[in-house]
Amino acid sequence: MPTKCSMKLLLNYLCNLFRSFNCSMATTTGLESLVDQIISVITNDGRNIVGVLKGFDQATNIILDESHERVFSTKEGVQQHVLGLYIIRGDNIGVIGELDEELDASLDFSKLRAHPLKPVVH
Amino acid sequence: QLFFSYFKDLVGQEVTVELKNDLAIRGTLHSVDQYLNIKLENTRVVDQDKFPHMLSVRNCFIRGSVVRYVQLPPDGVDVDLLHDAARREARGA
Repeated sequence: MPTKCSMKLLLNYLCNLFRSFNCSMATTTGLESLVDQIISVITNDGRNIVGVLKGFDQATNIILDESHERVFSTKEGVQQHVLGLYIIRGDNIGVIGELDEELDASLDFSKLRAHPLKPVVH
Repeated sequence: QLFFSYFKDLVGQEVTVELKNDLAIRGTLHSVDQYLNIKLENTRVVDQDKFPHMLSVRNCFIRGSVVRYVQLPPDGVDVDLLHDAARREARGA
């Protein structure tokens, strides 16, 4: 009898542990893993801003260091406007991408032509 | 809360997220949170020539508020189960 009980307890304990571990993997979409990395932000007005993520909060407001805006156009190659230290309000953020520096270095921006991104329409 | 649980079960599947600015991003569902913000791995933009903006991005965080659609694999959904759960939730609300 005692061994049966303790087995049940052990099983329960293990199940809970597994469940909590599983849950934390799937449910906390923190931006923590991206802090101090170079990221590419797409804002709701269709702008693309690249910089180093310094901080964030629950409302997904972010602090971006060494930021520059990449302006795409169909007529000329990509322009880069240097911005410096920026706080971007979470309401205005669409996508935060982890920039792969090697891939980015291999891109020839002077040759890139594209329509600017459309603004987000709710 | 229903869709939050639903997406948690879909982690690991290949999905295509279409955003409200017409951008479509394909990737593996890494994680989701209570706001239905989505983290995708191995991302590539669906029409890369039209949208070269994310060429050097491999993993991304998509804010829940900008998602228009999440396109799922047809066999990744148990439609009856979802239908049942939705009916129960609607009745409860």
